[in-house]
Amino acid sequence: MSAPATPARVAYPPARRAPTHPVRQATSRTGYVLTVLAFLLPSAIPLVAFVLAPMVAALWISFNKWNLLAPMTFIGFGNFAKLLADPTTGDVFLHTIYYIVGYLPLVFVGGLVLALALNTALKGRSLLRGIYFLPVVTSWIVVALVWRWLLSPGSGVVNTVLGFVGITGPGWWTDPVWAMPSIILASAWKDLGFVMVILLAGLQAISPDMYDAAKMDGAGWWRRLFSITIPLLSPSTFFVLVISLINGFQVFDQVYAMTGGGPNGASEVVVQQIYDLTFRYGRAGEASALSWMLFVVILAVTVLQVRGQRRWVTYG
Amino acid sequence: MADAGVMRAVSPVVKAPRSREARIQLAGFVVLHAVIIVGAGIMFFPFLWTIITSITPGASLTNSPALIPANPSLEPYLRLFRERPFGQVVLNSVMLAAITTAVQLVTSSTAAYAFSRMPFRGRGVVFAVYLATMMIPLQVLIVPLFVELKYVGLLDTYLGAVLPTFASAFGIFLIRQAINQVPLDLDEAATIDGAGHFRIFAQVIVPNIRPALATLTVFSFMGSWNSFLWPLVVLRSPELQTLPIALAGLQGQYTSDWDVIMAGSVVSVIPMLALYIFAQKYIIEGVASSGIK
Repeated sequence: MSAPATPARVAYPPARRAPTHPVRQATSRTGYVLTVLAFLLPSAIPLVAFVLAPMVAALWISFNKWNLLAPMTFIGFGNFAKLLADPTTGDVFLHTIYYIVGYLPLVFVGGLVLALALNTALKGRSLLRGIYFLPVVTSWIVVALVWRWLLSPGSGVVNTVLGFVGITGPGWWTDPVWAMPSIILASAWKDLGFVMVILLAGLQAISPDMYDAAKMDGAGWWRRLFSITIPLLSPSTFFVLVISLINGFQVFDQVYAMTGGGPNGASEVVVQQIYDLTFRYGRAGEASALSWMLFVVILAVTVLQVRGQRRWVTYG
Repeated sequence: MADAGVMRAVSPVVKAPRSREARIQLAGFVVLHAVIIVGAGIMFFPFLWTIITSITPGASLTNSPALIPANPSLEPYLRLFRERPFGQVVLNSVMLAAITTAVQLVTSSTAAYAFSRMPFRGRGVVFAVYLATMMIPLQVLIVPLFVELKYVGLLDTYLGAVLPTFASAFGIFLIRQAINQVPLDLDEAATIDGAGHFRIFAQVIVPNIRPALATLTVFSFMGSWNSFLWPLVVLRSPELQTLPIALAGLQGQYTSDWDVIMAGSVVSVIPMLALYIFAQKYIIEGVASSGIK
């Protein structure tokens, strides 16, 4: 069709790029840069001032011995060396990974099933979505209180129900073996609605036309799930996985409120240790060093995920 | 609970019940919904207990309330608002959360637009730095942040409490994923009509990402509403107190008054739930009217 136009373009390529109006081109380039800045600065300024700057300050603190009150003493990598030699450091990382491995599959599979089910024409689905989202909006102060009561070893509701079917319930958060499962259970219960809402928003963005076309081609429910829903949901899935892993490594509120890291440090996670080092023991330098170690771990995991996304994330 | 009409709307195969596949699908449908509804019961039970405790004056952990209270009373709620400045506390929390949410919606969507639609050198690196700000635990930023705000004289002010929340890497990431799902054809059509980036952003992108914006509204508001550590550190005056701090304070002051604490918990959940119900409606409406085809 446009056969004559193509050679013409090939014949005079410099004409399209040549600065026929150099001044105007320069302004439009500056204009573009200014436009980019206009879009970025509203977020860049607060991020630099209130997150990046304190992060760098924390890095500086990590090279010092500091109890929050007396002046700092520079000790180089002393804090890092001390942390690496301390077996507690390995323990708190292991406990954190234990939490993630238990929590992530529960909350992701549960959230996906919920999102799929509550995206169908079910009577009262708004109410059901609301109920599943209720725990997400509740503060951990309240949730921990309720779960400690539900899981209390003697007369707690969960153990009473288990007793009906002839099972002697464990000591839950009072038992070193069961403390972390208790935290995982309460966390999955609280965050299920979060995953559900993110995935629901993703499901809503998938055009119904796609399903209509697939149905016309005779694709069944499972086929539509695996050929349309899951691939087109992948940007939301990716988001959930990245956020859940970041939040998982930073798990703190529920541990602080449910067990305080106990019993006997059985559920002591990395951020709980950072908190204790800073506010209980006044070892701010070590706390900052541990934070930076955690940061590097999270960064590495996230970079791996972002690198790997090309293999399975489809953008529209 | 699921009548024939609903089933027909969901799975058209029900129309032809002779095939084995259709029966399996119907069975799956019934089982799935039974699980969803029983699950909802499990999800709701702790709240039911919270509400019951809050209307049972004198209830405590050892003196558990009955499932159907003999003498339900709103006295714990009255005590909450009479004996403590809880009205002011709720007002503070609403105000801080509203400011945080409004500012985050703007900063997140503009930054997300740049990261999704405006190529520039080093964009990947800048985005990585943005994401990295999510990865450092707040617990370690508290001390430097406190020193910084003390230096600029913003301690014990509303502004000091909200400033650090003005940009959210989480929000930027969330909105960027949504913008990435908007087909580029829409931008191109607008460009042909002579629209620049500001117009494409306002007239093409924003209307198409309403579900994500509604989602962010809920999460921003919730983040501020439930945030504990930073407001605790920065807001010292009792008249500036926010809900979670007041709730934690109740636990200290009225150790045995679980009815009052639970009344406070119920009060703290209601505005969030209202916002969620509002946003949920908006999520669905936003999609129905969006231009994505």
